[in-house]
Amino acid sequence: MNFDLSDEQKMLGEQARSLLADMSSFDRLRTLIDSGAEWDEPLWRALADMGFLGAAIPEEHGGLGLGALDLGVIMEALGGANAAVPFMSSIILAAEAIGLAGSEAQKAAWLPKLASGQAVATFAYAEGPGPVFGCGATLTEGKLSGSKTPVADAGIADIAVVLVADGRFALVELDQPGVTRTKLESFDQLRPHYRLDFAGAAAEAMPGIGKLDRLIDQAAVQAAFEAAGASEACLTMARDYAMERQMFGRPLAGYQAIKHKLADVAVATELARSNAYYGGWAAESSPDDLPVAAAAARLSGIKCFELAARENLQVHGGIGYTFEANCHFYYRRERMLAVHLGNRGFWADRLLNAQPGSQAKAA
Amino acid sequence: MDFNDSPDEAAFRAEARAWLAAHAPAHVLTPGDKITDTEEADRGRAWMRELYAGGWSGLTFPKALGGRGLSGAEAVIFAEEEGKYHLPKGPFTSIGTGMALPVIAKHGTDEQKARFIEATLKGDLTWCQLFSEPAAGSDLAALRTKAVRAEDGSDDWIVNGQKVWSSWAHLTDWGILVVRTDPTLPKHKGLTFFVVDMKTPGIETRPIRQISGASEFNETFLTDVRIPDANRIGAEGEGWACCMTVLMGERLGSGAHRSGVEPLLDFAAATPDGHGGTMLDDRAIRQQLAEALAEEQGERFFQARLRTMVSRGENPGALAGMVKLAYAGRYQKTNGLALELRGLAGIAPDPGDTATADVQYDYIYSTVMRIAGGADEVLRNQIAERVLGMPGEVRMDKDVPFEALKG
Repeated sequence: MNFDLSDEQKMLGEQARSLLADMSSFDRLRTLIDSGAEWDEPLWRALADMGFLGAAIPEEHGGLGLGALDLGVIMEALGGANAAVPFMSSIILAAEAIGLAGSEAQKAAWLPKLASGQAVATFAYAEGPGPVFGCGATLTEGKLSGSKTPVADAGIADIAVVLVADGRFALVELDQPGVTRTKLESFDQLRPHYRLDFAGAAAEAMPGIGKLDRLIDQAAVQAAFEAAGASEACLTMARDYAMERQMFGRPLAGYQAIKHKLADVAVATELARSNAYYGGWAAESSPDDLPVAAAAARLSGIKCFELAARENLQVHGGIGYTFEANCHFYYRRERMLAVHLGNRGFWADRLLNAQPGSQAKAA
Repeated sequence: MDFNDSPDEAAFRAEARAWLAAHAPAHVLTPGDKITDTEEADRGRAWMRELYAGGWSGLTFPKALGGRGLSGAEAVIFAEEEGKYHLPKGPFTSIGTGMALPVIAKHGTDEQKARFIEATLKGDLTWCQLFSEPAAGSDLAALRTKAVRAEDGSDDWIVNGQKVWSSWAHLTDWGILVVRTDPTLPKHKGLTFFVVDMKTPGIETRPIRQISGASEFNETFLTDVRIPDANRIGAEGEGWACCMTVLMGERLGSGAHRSGVEPLLDFAAATPDGHGGTMLDDRAIRQQLAEALAEEQGERFFQARLRTMVSRGENPGALAGMVKLAYAGRYQKTNGLALELRGLAGIAPDPGDTATADVQYDYIYSTVMRIAGGADEVLRNQIAERVLGMPGEVRMDKDVPFEALKG
């Protein structure tokens, strides 16, 4: 047994962290928020140049053809930096959806552009309050109708993969008269969200059917990597601040109230990371195990990042409530990640339903 | 990342499996069998003898000392295969191989190694641990049991004091014992380590009536117990270093269990909710079960990461404590939930409902999991200090002679 990342995967993660350390500082994030930027476009270009965008896209479509664990180490780094890029939308969701359900022509048309960063895509699934994966939008004879909201990154996306009736996917170009994009007030100021209204917009059906479960299981694993990376960053930030901050004549980090809090964050983070590794392995090597692995990874990812984001700000005390401190980036991002792709109740159901024999039990 | 055995590991597993298939069934305990502690310990010795005869004792122990000198990964494989049988193993076997032998091997003399190691590996000697005291638990170095040189000109030591939580002390042959030999030194420095024959006059073990109803732990009273200097392990004053060797063994051995959330799912699915469905339809219950499953899985794969480290010759150190901390807390929560799911039937089950009786016992016993082998609070300190690099605790007792401390 060898339950560890390969040396190549560790190196890939190191390269990603190094790039992000250079380009995506907290001051950079503040600048992006203050300027009302939709995204960190230079960072996206750099991620493209490094081959990260196409990491898991097949070589025949301009990618590197790597697997879920390779993608995972990149997501872990992006989560750690709280990066302002549409990696989840464009790569983890839209590109994978096209790969799973798209026609050969659709793959050939879009995957190379997504891998190179020439185009950005998003995955439009929610339809307001109600089930997180809404299927009320309809595609009839190439005309898409209905609304999707909120949709991440729709302001910069060239295309959207839209979840429509019967759980099928439609491919729609967003820059056309039948599409209205309305920018929403986004809780995570670095992840803009939009309302999309389709009034008979020209769209293509994707031929693959029944691909939603596989798509969101894969994405759940990647979300767990992202959460583990973000938790680790919160943990480090809280630890470093507590080491430096003097209280009652000694470092704050010396108090058990702080040590024990952060020990709990460390444990939750390692459990989530371990589940993410297993999910990545299952996605690559054992698809039958993926539903259980993905749901467990998603649940433990939500749990660790929630704890880490809250306690990081708490350890900082009053300074944590200022825009100049960096806790708020994660505090906001955490709530966004906790509810995108379905919240913990949704994934608890999936985990139980995926248990061996659960169908028999339910009957 | 690969869950499959390497070719060497697969060959080792096949060898272990074949040997176990031929030898384990004769030793297996039948669930529900009412056997006495004495019988259980005797059957434990018999299994130890079988393991030794087959060459499966002391797997990671150096060859020169009678072990097989195998890797940690191979020991894990053997433990996995052995764990498929319900064999008579417990503190009466594991304290000897997991605690007494490592400390004798590291700190003992050649004579001590020759006298104790082989005899322990083959089950002829079983061991108990005489460490904790009524006023020295997590703060073990606060122990007060003292040893002084006999005044008769022999090199013997005379020991007086009281130990507690000594598992199976009433049925084991020898004990590993740490005592204070110099109260004028600061607490960690005045300790010395011994092995002691439990039949020595002056040793009295009394079973502790535990909250579970069982009595596997003892109080052990030592009154003018004479221990020859030849049974001292390591130098005078080196007791704390010996204890650390022992406790590292304890930590690495912990947290490998599973507490089984799956049986709870089966139970919930088979229990009507009174509205035409089952307890498994209850959203609050579903959420708790799913969180427990996710944690259990995380522990399992975190353990897999640590095993990978061990197989490469790396020491997981305080990371092993993270698994133990997570496991112990979840074990308590899961068994608490298991009782709650049963409703009033969990509090007063019908006669013959052994499954509920087991859950009740496990819920009571889960308190031990959170205290023994590194209490939650001690583990959190270790994780904060050794993994996260945070400062150690403020020590009021540092550099103060033990006899000058309050308490």
